[in-house]
Amino acid sequence: MRIAVITFPGSNCDHDCYRALKLLDGVEPEFRWHRDTDLGGVDAVLLPGGFSYGDYLRAGAIARFSPIMEAVKAFALDGGPVVGICNGFQVLCESGLLPGALLRNESLRFQSYPVHIRVETTATPFTSHYRKGQVLRIPIAHGEGNYHAPPEVLAELEGDDRIVFRYCTPDAGLAPEANPNGSAHHIAGIVNEARNVLGMMPHPERAVEELLGSTDGLGLFQSLVNHLSAGATP
Amino acid sequence: MTNARTPGTGTPERESSAQRPEPRPGDPEITPELVADHGISQEEYERILRIMGREPTFTELGVFSAMWSEHCGYKNSKRLLRLLPTEAPWVIQGPGENAGVIDVGEGLALAFKIESHNHPSAVEPYQGAATGVGGILRDIFTMGARPIAVLDSLRFGDLASGRNRYLFSGVVKGIGDYGNCVGIPNIGGEVQFDQAYDGNPLVNAMALGLMKREELIKGEASGVGNTLMAVGARTGRDGIHGATFASEELSEDADESSRPQVQVGDPFTEKLLLEASLELIRSGHIVGIQDMGAAGLTSSASEMAGRAGSGVLLDTARVPVREEGMTPYEILLSESQERMLVVALKGEEDEVRRILEKWELEAEPVGEVTDDGYFRIEEDGRLVANIPALPLTEGCPTYEREGSEAEEVRRLREMDLSSVLEPEGDLSDYFLELLASPNVGSRRWIHDQFDTTVRTSTVIRPGGDAGVIRLGNTGRGVAATTDCNGRFCYLDPREGARAAVAEAARNLVCTGALPTAVTNNLNFGNPLKPHIYHQMREAVLGMAEACRLFETPVTGGNVSLYNETDGRAIFPTPVIGMVGILDDVERAVGSTFQQDGDVIILLGENREEIGASEFLYHFHDRIVAGLPPVVDLVAERRLQHGVLALAESGLLRSAHDCSEGGLATALAQSAVGGDGAPRGIRVKLHERFAPIALFFGETTGRVVISVRPEDESEVLGMCRNHGVPARVLGTVGTVGGPFRIDAPRGVINVPVEQAHHQYYDALPRYMDRDEKPEDPRSQIDG
Amino acid sequence: MSRFKVEVRVTPRPGLLDPQGKAVQHALDSLGYEGVDSVRVGKLLVLELEADDAAAARARTEEMCRKLLANPVTEDFLIEVSELAPVEAE
Repeated sequence: MRIAVITFPGSNCDHDCYRALKLLDGVEPEFRWHRDTDLGGVDAVLLPGGFSYGDYLRAGAIARFSPIMEAVKAFALDGGPVVGICNGFQVLCESGLLPGALLRNESLRFQSYPVHIRVETTATPFTSHYRKGQVLRIPIAHGEGNYHAPPEVLAELEGDDRIVFRYCTPDAGLAPEANPNGSAHHIAGIVNEARNVLGMMPHPERAVEELLGSTDGLGLFQSLVNHLSAGATP
Repeated sequence: MTNARTPGTGTPERESSAQRPEPRPGDPEITPELVADHGISQEEYERILRIMGREPTFTELGVFSAMWSEHCGYKNSKRLLRLLPTEAPWVIQGPGENAGVIDVGEGLALAFKIESHNHPSAVEPYQGAATGVGGILRDIFTMGARPIAVLDSLRFGDLASGRNRYLFSGVVKGIGDYGNCVGIPNIGGEVQFDQAYDGNPLVNAMALGLMKREELIKGEASGVGNTLMAVGARTGRDGIHGATFASEELSEDADESSRPQVQVGDPFTEKLLLEASLELIRSGHIVGIQDMGAAGLTSSASEMAGRAGSGVLLDTARVPVREEGMTPYEILLSESQERMLVVALKGEEDEVRRILEKWELEAEPVGEVTDDGYFRIEEDGRLVANIPALPLTEGCPTYEREGSEAEEVRRLREMDLSSVLEPEGDLSDYFLELLASPNVGSRRWIHDQFDTTVRTSTVIRPGGDAGVIRLGNTGRGVAATTDCNGRFCYLDPREGARAAVAEAARNLVCTGALPTAVTNNLNFGNPLKPHIYHQMREAVLGMAEACRLFETPVTGGNVSLYNETDGRAIFPTPVIGMVGILDDVERAVGSTFQQDGDVIILLGENREEIGASEFLYHFHDRIVAGLPPVVDLVAERRLQHGVLALAESGLLRSAHDCSEGGLATALAQSAVGGDGAPRGIRVKLHERFAPIALFFGETTGRVVISVRPEDESEVLGMCRNHGVPARVLGTVGTVGGPFRIDAPRGVINVPVEQAHHQYYDALPRYMDRDEKPEDPRSQIDG
Repeated sequence: MSRFKVEVRVTPRPGLLDPQGKAVQHALDSLGYEGVDSVRVGKLLVLELEADDAAAARARTEEMCRKLLANPVTEDFLIEVSELAPVEAE
């Protein structure tokens, strides 16, 4: 199966995502350039981390208008699986594919270290490989990851089981010190209403090899592969 | 300086080399004051007159001033630098290029270099540090290598001062924002805090890059008729005369008056420039490329011509500018960031432009390579500067000065410290407080702000003895570290420099890497002062001796002089950036204890030394005195081989070197320093000398390792075979267990959680909570 | 046609946590500036553009704000238009 990794000017996790996808049997990752207008019939789309267009106005604000995003939007609205990681999550929020916004970290500092996140739902194409309540250890690296949404949106996310990951302690607790950026409801990742678009701040592609400290991110990509090979039409 | 003016017009057409530029309307007249303002001495000016055969124009004077500054011309350090070993079979490129390059096997080459941005950071810490990172990254990718890691060697004054906290947090944020955006993992470095750096912080950034051997490209302007192209960001008025600025002392009001010289970094453009440059180099359309760094277009163009033995002709009117009305003088000396000069093959300029456009960047032809050996500048076709290139780049006068040790240093070194060895109070209290010292405690506050895992290759993150990165899919790895204890160097520069090289090598072997090569950053005060020149010469001699013995040649680096504020110099700080190779990166060793029951072993010997220690500084009114620890290079070499053999045999669970804070804090760092929960220890020492020296003295040549109980005898046997003193100290305890060190004359016994808390609170208590733990200076002052 | 200078003030929406503002307020407090009840940190964008009249300049800028310059989830914007000079007809 073919998965597109989108490169915006300023993306810097595109090669990491490519490399992680390569580890999975049967996956052919392909780069797509921000100026491309066609996804070329891929089965899924990955928006990688980085600082698209320098993130100079707001993170993700300019990337949203790049030509490829028209195609990504159409693909997503058609039910195709889309994953946005870190800056990719910010782009998805700016483009309206996901609700809410990512504000500056409460500490006002960039935060980069492995965190623990709890799998809140397995009913998505991206988390079927995990157990509900499972704690993953995955690095974060962002300055604007503080998830914010109006109360009614948060209520909807909670009510519809659309919060996919929450920051937690190693033993799955939701202590305030486990929340690295001040995100509402400890949110680390959410899906859209149709459940085919996932945005998350932690970097699963950095947790796919024992040598680098964790393999907890593999399950996300494996879930996607399972979902695609189960024949779900994009 | 009242030579006859140029004969004027009407000169028949002659060879380009003989052409002399007309005075440019609006340019100031050359006066002795103007010459002095450019940092050019009378003697140097006379040399310029001899080279030129006439009085220089204002533009030419600016060019000489930049190229003959300390920053570009190394006039006070060049003769000393020749003392350093620079060659080895694995060195592909030694000093003189944008970066050094070594062979790392599997057809791959590693480019690496360290560079300072001290003065800009003192004035504007955020931009100063950010542009420092930008500059060193460009030095790496202009060699054809993709940057794979950065490290930083930092020095600040005491954190009790608000100004120093401001500088510290600004520098850390600047380094982070720039490197994070470009997407290069930060894998370590070091920081020291001492009042000697009040007002004059040191910001040295090191970068590593990887390439295939055949992708190496040099900064040469070769091929007559080839086109010089300005690439990347546009040229503005920022940073004009930064190179000269970096070669002067800072005065008290520098932070106000120096502001206009500060450059602003744009990491987004840098990322585009990085991708475009690598694509350009691989495309074969260019023959040379160089960063427009210090002294901007002037140094890049003249150095490229100098290296190739060619000449260049540039027209400043063709350089894309950001502001209107810029003079040739300004365009030549601007230090606007994220710019490159490339030499495109004649006729392939459009291909070059196309690649740049793909990355949304500009490339404009600004001149061509000539064969007359001249650095020739025109403004819209009219000659404004015409200087022989080689004398400009190589003809900078070099000085060897008289050096002598300052009386004060000798007095401090010989100070009787016996009274401090008799403690008043509980050793456990000293221990806990020392753990929370900014020089001993965790650096997590810093590296949490750096992306350490982007590029998914970081095997050992910052916080260990050295950072470790895997080299692509080869199964090999590279470890890198920066080291220098300025206090040791102050009290004995030669011994201090030897210690710096030894510590760097020790840090590398602790991760399992074979020390391979060095890049250095020589940070000193004003070399015209005899005691500073003495420090420089002694430090270089010590460095040369150690590098030669360890077979770690120096492949390049940077010199930063005039690090003084109001006439007071920093500690001599010859920073060693060292890289080492791991044949099997899976065998990389961390610095923290792994398992209860593991056996803790000390390699090396304890000695009764307390001179130049953090203990002294912290508990005794910030004094830096006494004999710095003795360095036995031969014993160090044996120790390195021993640790490497243990690592390669897979026998090490952890290895950690003893440095600031001594043996007790080294044990604590291994116990609490990991990502996991802190572990207690039970350790017994047998030395009967003063426990203060035993626990907190900074004797060199020591490594704390932990091994599985069943491997103990094999490990001790291997140490014997390598001639390395090794002694079992005790065992690793359980998570949350007691942390206990017994010695014949004293004991440290604390709950490990308390040690953990102290260790991680060292920086947050200053930086997050704005607490101002007592400042002894205020007590001294009354 | 005239040239206009348009200033766009983008501020965090009321009630939205503004950590930057909080940090500034804390800093002012520790410098002894008591009684500062609230600090909000936003950004100022200064545009120069041509338009038929001030109303048109404002309308165009409003569109830009909704589309790009401000995030409606988290930010409010305020526009101020001032005329620089009339543009000579070609």
